[in-house]
Amino acid sequence: MNDHDAAGSSATDVLDCRGQRCPLPIIELARTLPTLAIGTVLRVLADDPAAAVDIPAWCRMRGQDYVGSPAANAYDVRRLS
Amino acid sequence: MAPTARNDITTRAYFDAATAAPLHPVARQALSAALDDGWADPGRLYTEARRAAQLLDAAREAIAECLNTRPDEVAFCASGSHAAQLAIDGVRDARTAVGALAVHSAIEHSSVLRAAHRGPSRQVAVDRFGHVDMDALAAAVAEPAVAVAAVQSANHEVGTRQPIAAVAAACHAAHVPLYVDAAQTVPWEPLPAGWSLASASAVKWGGPAGVGVLAVRKGTRWARPWPIDRTDPWTVPLPLVVAAAAALRSVRVDAATESARLSGLVARIRAEVAATVPDVEVVGDPVDRVPHIVTFSCLYADGEALLHALDRNGFAVSSGSACTASTLQPSHVLAAMGVLTHGNIRVSLHPGVRDDDVTRFLAVLPKVVADLRAEAGVADL
Repeated sequence: MNDHDAAGSSATDVLDCRGQRCPLPIIELARTLPTLAIGTVLRVLADDPAAAVDIPAWCRMRGQDYVGSPAANAYDVRRLS
Repeated sequence: MAPTARNDITTRAYFDAATAAPLHPVARQALSAALDDGWADPGRLYTEARRAAQLLDAAREAIAECLNTRPDEVAFCASGSHAAQLAIDGVRDARTAVGALAVHSAIEHSSVLRAAHRGPSRQVAVDRFGHVDMDALAAAVAEPAVAVAAVQSANHEVGTRQPIAAVAAACHAAHVPLYVDAAQTVPWEPLPAGWSLASASAVKWGGPAGVGVLAVRKGTRWARPWPIDRTDPWTVPLPLVVAAAAALRSVRVDAATESARLSGLVARIRAEVAATVPDVEVVGDPVDRVPHIVTFSCLYADGEALLHALDRNGFAVSSGSACTASTLQPSHVLAAMGVLTHGNIRVSLHPGVRDDDVTRFLAVLPKVVADLRAEAGVADL
């Protein structure tokens, strides 16, 4: 089972924010998600400990769908709008 | 009357009272007097010693009255963090026959978490506002082998109060002693009913650093880790305790007026920050909270940069963002509540804060945030 299957979705786009500290991964997420088609799942790779809290919080504030964390330091976000 | 000389009128506003309130003028006077009259060993029998003992007794009585407890239930130690450790270690030591498990809310002060994690522990989740999950707490304390439950009276980062009456009822039903870290409420009010152990810290009410207060309710099984009473006077910094007691008594005289005024200022900060700063999350319970703490997080802003920019503008604030912590971990409080941790600012007020200070802060903040976002190139996000 590969990472994409583990997420139970077609997470084809990956945003690698490893090595970046807060709030940079959130900024990159906010820049990247609107460039994708609505319904697309973006996988954010981030090893900053704040990402685990801030990515779901950003989704809630921005009305996007936080799908979950399929693996350590990986977070799936679906564009809703 | 509230002291007015505790902020530099022209340039600085100090908004970090939840860490340490500025020294109350009465504390300075009492400290000076106690250094003159309270230097002798209060355990001796001559006149100088009796004078010192009287000062210590009076201070203990004053603090006990402010906590609404008995003087012989009050002990002094080095800090609020030290008191937390004594509370949890001492109750674990006394209840070895029952068990060593410490049940605690996810948003206790780090000193309480450190003490709890010295043995087996169980964490109870909180909701988005920071209120402890009462069903989970009641279930956790009802399990076997629980030594103690630790739930703070109010949170030090977001100001949310905990439902201590309900927590105490659950602990009482399970025959588990409740330790209440009351550091953020003792400046304003007595201990909430239902505690078996409680702690406070003099720096939170304008007393000097170096005085923690531990209260142990009569009948609570608690093993004193070492003598902290009058038989070993040098474990009590007598002049500091006298100063702490004088300051607490003094702030309590104006507590009703000041808590209403500061609560109004916090309500104003909550409303205006939400209205004037785009993409901000104001966190904590808007109503069920202490008077003096407000916390908010600014999307895409760097917490450390925000703190420094506010400092340059004359405002001392703190932050729960990871970049401002020595560990580079985000605040465990904000994380447990599931609220944004970056761009976080905590404003905590004290009686020396003037309404004008808050007005200036609210005037400056939107531009400070906007400038930082512009610098980071995120203004369009």
